[in-house]
Amino acid sequence: MNSKNTSPLKRLLGVRGMGAALTAFVGLILIYAAFGIINPTVFSGQNILNLLRSMSKYLLIGIAQSYILITGNIDLSIGSMVGMSAMIVATLMTHGVNPIISILVALVSCLAVGVVNGYLVGKFRLPPFIATLGTMFVTRGVAYMVNNNRNTDAIATGVGKETGDAFQNFFYYGTTLGIYNTFWIAIIIFVIFFFLLSKTRTGRHIYAIGSNIDAAKLSGVNVVVTTTKAYLVSSICSCVVGLILCAQASMGNMEAGNMYEMYGVAAGVIGGVSPLGGTGILLGTLAGAAVWQTLENGLNMIGAQVGIQRVVIGIIVVAAVLLDVVLRNGEFGKKKSK
Amino acid sequence: MSEVIVSMKGICKSFPGVKALDDVSFELRSGEVMALLGENGAGKSTLMKILSGVYTRDSGTMQIFGKEYGDLTPKQAQEAGVAIIHQELNMCRHLSVTENMFLGREIRGKFTLNNAKMEDEARAILEDLKIDIDPKQIVGDLPVSKQQMVEIAKALSINARILIMDEPTSALTAKEIEDLFRIIHKLKSEGCGIVYISHRLEELQHIVDRVTIMRDGQYITSMNFGDATMDQIIAHMVGREIKEKFPKVECEKGEKVFEVKNLNAGRMVRDINFSVYAGEIVGFAGLMGAGRTETTRAIFGADPKESGEIYVDGKAVKINCPMDAIRNGVVLAPEDRKKDGLCTKLSIRHNLALPNLDMVCNQLGIVNNQKEQALCDKAVEDLRIKTPNVEIDSGNLSGGNQQKVVVGKWLARNSRVVIFDEPTRGIDVGAKVEIYHLMNELKKQGIAVMFVSSEMPEVMGIADRIIVMCDGKITGEVMAAETTQNEILTLATAFEDKQISGAKEREEAS
Repeated sequence: MNSKNTSPLKRLLGVRGMGAALTAFVGLILIYAAFGIINPTVFSGQNILNLLRSMSKYLLIGIAQSYILITGNIDLSIGSMVGMSAMIVATLMTHGVNPIISILVALVSCLAVGVVNGYLVGKFRLPPFIATLGTMFVTRGVAYMVNNNRNTDAIATGVGKETGDAFQNFFYYGTTLGIYNTFWIAIIIFVIFFFLLSKTRTGRHIYAIGSNIDAAKLSGVNVVVTTTKAYLVSSICSCVVGLILCAQASMGNMEAGNMYEMYGVAAGVIGGVSPLGGTGILLGTLAGAAVWQTLENGLNMIGAQVGIQRVVIGIIVVAAVLLDVVLRNGEFGKKKSK
Repeated sequence: MSEVIVSMKGICKSFPGVKALDDVSFELRSGEVMALLGENGAGKSTLMKILSGVYTRDSGTMQIFGKEYGDLTPKQAQEAGVAIIHQELNMCRHLSVTENMFLGREIRGKFTLNNAKMEDEARAILEDLKIDIDPKQIVGDLPVSKQQMVEIAKALSINARILIMDEPTSALTAKEIEDLFRIIHKLKSEGCGIVYISHRLEELQHIVDRVTIMRDGQYITSMNFGDATMDQIIAHMVGREIKEKFPKVECEKGEKVFEVKNLNAGRMVRDINFSVYAGEIVGFAGLMGAGRTETTRAIFGADPKESGEIYVDGKAVKINCPMDAIRNGVVLAPEDRKKDGLCTKLSIRHNLALPNLDMVCNQLGIVNNQKEQALCDKAVEDLRIKTPNVEIDSGNLSGGNQQKVVVGKWLARNSRVVIFDEPTRGIDVGAKVEIYHLMNELKKQGIAVMFVSSEMPEVMGIADRIIVMCDGKITGEVMAAETTQNEILTLATAFEDKQISGAKEREEAS
């Protein structure tokens, strides 16, 4: 009613899930500054560019998993789809197939996995953990089978050096306006899916089934279609990450994208996406992916070993959720004592 | 006379906005079956929850076996010998009978659990009750009646002397009810006190010694069952004459808007036929579990139908899912707002817009903020939803305002049939009246209104015509202006005669 009269800033803060997202951004700045003070190269232009590029993969994976988490489900097949996408595109290109056709084949394959996930979870009501565990194995198996259980040769051997370079530059090595293309691709996809989630009917339905599937159903929401749409978003993002990894390595690696589904959960959760469904915004996921990548990058820059990196990242994920729980319980506690 | 084992005096209990119990007294003697009677919401369950430690009383005194208790915890109540046999059974379905009976007080051997000993004890108790159940069986595999027996056995295994049975027969067949009554007689002869809550007045005569009647959270009277006629009991239960709390508008009865023919959907919806005309509100009365909610869900397409035809404005419509119903102008404000009505984690705006997104979106499915805002503002204003703005989590609203959001979702559309399932449950009087006004408003607009309610005065006050259901069937149809509460209650308890031989046994036992 009176939301028209309030200031734009207040309205921005009033957006649901904005609080958690902003907290993650604040955390990001603190972490970045801390690493920069220890090692000033963290602040260097080249490092920032590298950071933006490597962050892009996690952002896309985070978008994929956030969509699913908001519906109250999980997608364990993300990493496998990344691998399958990379393997399909690389294999086809080593056989001289046009890159665009190769990309389309990879995309359709990933979408097929998404449809299966959506139906298993939405229609047949399988627990999403089990359903996508199954598709995770199957998809990874397909990634292996595409090139007879071997990594591919360099893509340039099939499509020629020029096309191969063009592909690699488009997805990884090239820049536009001084920033790596990878980042632009991720940001464009981010904007599209941010819009889809916050401004469209499909987005509303996704939040509704994550918040209360029974109420959503009784409000005329088609649960099967909506669940499938969310899994398709996950497929699209995973496919693009597969293309990026293929471009980066100039070949297809059967293990590409291993564990990425869990990185997606981490990015989402750090940014305030609830694994219980119904809450969270993609802006938070953006912050979460940035926090994740800054940690990895910063720990590298100050010379921390892989082991300690994992330990720190694990602690950050749990701490982010713990903070959320504590803050919320604090609120509830106050309410009760009234 | 036998000794008094439970004595509750001057018990008061308030929930936010509601005085659930007001100065209630209750007495139970050993070796008797006490029926606790009253309409839905009279406070029976609340009283029994205080006795079993689930709720704490605000004031009043409570003695169990002569010992004074203050604030009981469920554990203390159990130690004092009080056990509730719940309407919805409280068991771990995947565990065995023995495991359930000894849950939380397992007998340990030296290193591991002493399963043999627990099983022997369980078997002894079951045999003592003459219940034919293997203690090793998994509880979930047993029929409901047997599960109930296990729950009784569990209560006895912890030496419960006061058993509270809440609607124990609602899920049982005639034969099973006989078994239950046999066990009740046995417990009685052993000196246990039994509190028996039931809506099925017919079956009381087979087991009950005394009755206590409650109404609107107050103690009305108690008497020996033999001294009262059924009519007297019903009169005490219903009691009041309230009309003015229910604003009523008179409308010309118009065309037939909605018709349901031969609707069948499972055990609780059997051969339902009715129609609703423009300018009238049709009430659906009955006891809890009479099949009214199931009927509304089947009509709305939320549950599958076995058969049945539905007509809106004379045209046959096919409804297989809620979307079909909404498209055909049939909408449902469901019974349990937390479970089925609201996305509590989402804002009021998101909730109000959810079923109406087709109206506020363009062809690409992009939400138009202005249209959405207008829709929400209108709903908030029309329904007087009390909230600072529409961005607040709907879960944070009071019950009455939540209910208004549930109802408000459907009013933006040009619906032809609006089904209200228990729209006033758990909300305060003021909000109730606003909901009534709303239904009247729809009625004036010529929209067919179906109004399911378990509160009889409300149905009689608001509806023009009342359809009474019992056990999944329509048992009668009366005009609100001409009927009495007794008539409705009689129709609502018109069960097919389930118990035949219980009476004889009772005579033998006494």
